[in-house]
Amino acid sequence: MTPQSDFMVLGTINPEREAELRRLLESMNDAPGHVNPSNALIPFGQFDTVHVARFVILKDNSPDDVLAYGLPRRDYPLYLAFLGNVDGDADIFLEDVARRASPGLRAIFSCCKGLSPETDLFDWMKRNSRFPAAAYTNWLGRTVRRVREEAALHEALENYVQNNAAVLAGLSPSEIHAALWRFVDAEKSAGRLTLSKESPTPLKWRIDNLLRLIVPPLLTLLASPILIPVGLVFLSRIRRLEKTDPELSVRVDQAYSDGLAKFEDHDVTNQFSIMGSIKPGSVRLWTAIFVLRLVDYFARHVYKRGRFARIRTIHFARWVFLDDRKRMAFFSDYDGSFEGYMDDFINKVGFGLNVVFSNFVGYRRTNWLIFDGCADEPKHKELERHHTIPTQAWYKAYPSLTAVDLERNIRIRRGLESSLMSDKEAREWVALL
Amino acid sequence: MSSEVNYSDVQGLVRFGYGWMKEASYFLLRVKDVEAARSWLRSAPVTTAVKPIPLPRTAMQVAFTAPGLHALGVSDSIINNFSHEFVSGMAEPSRSRRLGDVENNAPSEWEWGGYPYDAKQDDPGAREKTPHLVVMFFAKKGLLEGFVQSSTGNGWNEAFAEVRRLETSDLDETEPFGFADGISQPEIDWGQERDMLTGQLDYGNVAALGEFLLGYRNEYGKYTDRPLVDADTASAGLLPAEDAPEKRDVGRNGTYLVMRDLQQDVQGFWQFVGAQAGGDLTEAEKLAASMVGRTKQGDPLVPLQQKEIPGIDLKKNPKNHFTFDGDPSGVQCPFGAHVRRVNPRNTDYPGRPSGLLGKIITMLGFGPKGFRHDLMSSVRYHRIIRRGREYGSRLTAARALALGEPDDQEHGLHFVCLNANILRQFEFLQGAWIASTKFSGLTGESDPLLGNRAPIRGCPVTSDFNIPQEGGLRRRVSGLEQFVTVQGGAYFFLPSIRALRYFAGSQGG
Repeated sequence: MTPQSDFMVLGTINPEREAELRRLLESMNDAPGHVNPSNALIPFGQFDTVHVARFVILKDNSPDDVLAYGLPRRDYPLYLAFLGNVDGDADIFLEDVARRASPGLRAIFSCCKGLSPETDLFDWMKRNSRFPAAAYTNWLGRTVRRVREEAALHEALENYVQNNAAVLAGLSPSEIHAALWRFVDAEKSAGRLTLSKESPTPLKWRIDNLLRLIVPPLLTLLASPILIPVGLVFLSRIRRLEKTDPELSVRVDQAYSDGLAKFEDHDVTNQFSIMGSIKPGSVRLWTAIFVLRLVDYFARHVYKRGRFARIRTIHFARWVFLDDRKRMAFFSDYDGSFEGYMDDFINKVGFGLNVVFSNFVGYRRTNWLIFDGCADEPKHKELERHHTIPTQAWYKAYPSLTAVDLERNIRIRRGLESSLMSDKEAREWVALL
Repeated sequence: MSSEVNYSDVQGLVRFGYGWMKEASYFLLRVKDVEAARSWLRSAPVTTAVKPIPLPRTAMQVAFTAPGLHALGVSDSIINNFSHEFVSGMAEPSRSRRLGDVENNAPSEWEWGGYPYDAKQDDPGAREKTPHLVVMFFAKKGLLEGFVQSSTGNGWNEAFAEVRRLETSDLDETEPFGFADGISQPEIDWGQERDMLTGQLDYGNVAALGEFLLGYRNEYGKYTDRPLVDADTASAGLLPAEDAPEKRDVGRNGTYLVMRDLQQDVQGFWQFVGAQAGGDLTEAEKLAASMVGRTKQGDPLVPLQQKEIPGIDLKKNPKNHFTFDGDPSGVQCPFGAHVRRVNPRNTDYPGRPSGLLGKIITMLGFGPKGFRHDLMSSVRYHRIIRRGREYGSRLTAARALALGEPDDQEHGLHFVCLNANILRQFEFLQGAWIASTKFSGLTGESDPLLGNRAPIRGCPVTSDFNIPQEGGLRRRVSGLEQFVTVQGGAYFFLPSIRALRYFAGSQGG
C-alpha cells in the first residue's frame, strides 16, 4: 500500500509583487480558479502522484473580528500557500516538481520573500514547509494511478454491459460476474486495461504509523492521573468561556460572496479554503490543539475508508496553525456545492464542527463544546462564508469523479477480483454497475 | 415565545393553491411611476390566508423582486438584508451553473428575467425583461377576465409597464407530459407544535412553519435571517420580531416565491420513450412512469406504506402515503426517478438507529456501511411548497406518438414554489438533487425530466437513465434528450399584508 502524504509551502508575499503573482496564478487556469492540467507554469497533469493541489493567497477577510475580544487588530504578512496531497513521500514530490517545473515555480515563488535565482528551490520549499495540526485522507492507500485504473475499469465494464445487454440479461448474478471477469481478463491481456497490484507498504511508514497508533493513548493513559484533574479544570473554564465569548453575526458582502462563487461548481468537487483567528487565552488554544490531535488520530487510524464520521464527500482536509498559533487555516476538497457541504457538516457532524471551530473568533456559542454552535444554521453559514478565502488556482487529478464514485469503483474492482462470492454478494456487486 | 399566525396578514398562496379557481394569469410588471405604483399597491385587494365561508371566487397575490423593491424606493439597507439569493437574483452566473441553467437553459436565452440586481447592465433590453413585481390573478371559470379588468383599472397603466402576461391553462391536475401532479406537498405546522430538535427517525411530511414563513422557527428551531428595522413611525404597521422584540420584522408572515418558466417538449418526450419502447404505447408509458416515479394516474411505483406517516392522510391522499424504505435497491422505483430525486423521503439517520447509543454510534460513523447508505441530506431541510400552473394545450401521449410533423403548440409549466430559505430549499433541490449528475451515488445522469444533458468537466455524457433490475444488470436508457427548457425565472419576495403596505407607503426608504 502506498500511503498518501501532504505538503504545504508557505511564502511571504512581497507586497509590490502581489498583483503580478495574482496574474501568474490566473494564467494557470482554464476556468475561474481551476488549473489547466497542462498549463505552462506547473503542468500538474504530468505529475502522476498528485491528487489535488492549490495555490492560495491567504488574505484574511476577518482581521477586525478580534476587536470584539478586546484584542488589537494585527497586521499579519500576506502569505502564499502551495499545498497538495500526493502518493508516497511528499519530499519526493517536492524534489520532483522543483526539478521539472523549476521555471514556473520560481516565477511564482519569486513574488515571495527570500527566493533569489541562486537559492536552491527544493531547499527553500523545504525550509518554508508547514505541517498540519490535523489531516484527513478519504481512502488511505488509494493512489492516483489506482483511481485512474479503476475508473477505466468501470467505464470498460459499463460499455461492455451496454453492448452485450441482450446476452447478459438471461444470466444469474454469479454468471454475470464470471462473464465480466473473463472480459476484463481478456482486456488486461490485450493491454487495454491495467489493474496494478498494490506496492508494498514502506517499512518506515509502517513503524511510524504503529508508533502513532500506540504512543498517544499510552501517554494519555500514563498521564491520566494528571490529565483528569487538569481536564476538569479546563472544562470548567471552557464552560465559562463558552457562555461569555462574544459571538459575531456577520453579513457577508454580496460582491465578496459572489466572488467566491465564481470559483465554485465548475467540477463536481470544490475546494474550500478558510482562515481565522484563534480566540485569546491558553484555554482556547490548548483545547484547539488537543481536539485537533484527537481529530488527526481518528482520521489516521479510524476514518480511513471513505467516511469521515458520516461524511462521504471529503477527499482531503487539513488544519494548519499560522503565526505562532494565533491564526488557523483549514483546507479541504469536497463534493457538491458549498451549501451542500455546510449542510452535511451541520446535520451530520455538527458536534465535530463545534468542538473544533468553537475555538475560533466569532463562532456561534456552543453548549458543552458539542451542542448548539453551528445549529444556528443561517448565521453559521454566513460566518463560514465570511472566513472563506478565494483559492486562486486549484487542481484535481480526476475531475468528474466524486469520493463516492471512487468508492464504487473500488468496490467494483474488489468484487471483480474476488473469486468466492455468495449469491447475495454477487447480486450486490452487479447492482454497482 | 412563539406567537400564533394571524392568517389575515399572510398572503393566501402560502395556505392555498386556489385549486378551485381554474383560471389564473400572472402579470410580470415593471414600475413606471413610483407614486402611481405605490398608490395602486396601497389599495390592492390582496387575498389573505383567512379561510372565509363560502370560498372566494377570485384571488390576487403580489410579490416583488429585489430590483422591484428598489424601484419602489425601499432602502438598500433593507433590501440587502434579504437573503443573498434574492438580492443577487436567479440569473447570477455562478448560480446558473449550480441550478443547471446553462446552454439552452441559460438566462441569456430567457424570455423574461435574467437580470441581476446590482450588475452594471450594458444591455437595456435585458433590463426591460426583468420584472419588478408579479401580480397573480386567480378566478373561478369564466371570471378571470372580468376580475383582471376591474382590478387593473385604477391607475394601473400609469403605474406599471407589462413585461409579460403569463397565461395558464387547466389540464385537470396533470402536468403537460400527462402525469398527475401536485400530489405531494409538505404539511405546514401552522400551530408550531412540532419538535424540530429531536433527530428524525421516520419520514414525516409536517414541516416547521419557519420553513415557509419568515419570522418563525425553522427546521433547526432557528429564525431565518431577514430584514429587521428600528421601531419608528414608518415601521409602525409592522409586527415585532420574535427573536428581537425591539426590532420590527419586515419579513414576518412573508416568504420567498420562486418562479420558473419551464417549457416542456411533450412530443419529444413521448417520441423518445416511444422509440425506446419500440413504438408500443403501453411499454412507453411504463418507461415514462419509471422516469417520473409515478404512473400517469399518480400511483407511486412502490407499495403504499401501512404505517402512519405524520402529515399524510392515508384516506384522503393515499397516493402520497409511501416511502422508499422498502426499496433500498431501487428496483421498484429507480433512484434517479424524478419523484425520488425531489423527495427521497429519507430521514436524519441511515438505518434507523435505536436509542441514544445507537444514534451516537451512527453519528460517529460506525453505522451501516453499505455503498448506498447515508448518501443524501435529510429531506426535512429541503422541502418546498409548489404552486405551479400549466400553460398551453393538452397533447396526449398517444397523439404525441402519432404526430408526423413537429408540434407547433406550446406546453409547459409556470413553476412556482414557496420557501423561507431559497438556498437551502429550492436551490438545494434544484442543484444537488435535480441537476446533479451525482445524486444518490448515481453517475452520468441528471433528472430524467428536467436534466439539461450538458457535459460536466471531465465527463461528456450526462444523458443516461438507469433502471435497476431485480437480481440482474440495470437497464440503461442512453441519450436522453432535453425535454424541459427554462425560458424565464426570478426570485420574488411574497410579503405579508403589513409589509406590502409598508413598502407601498414608504417615502424614499
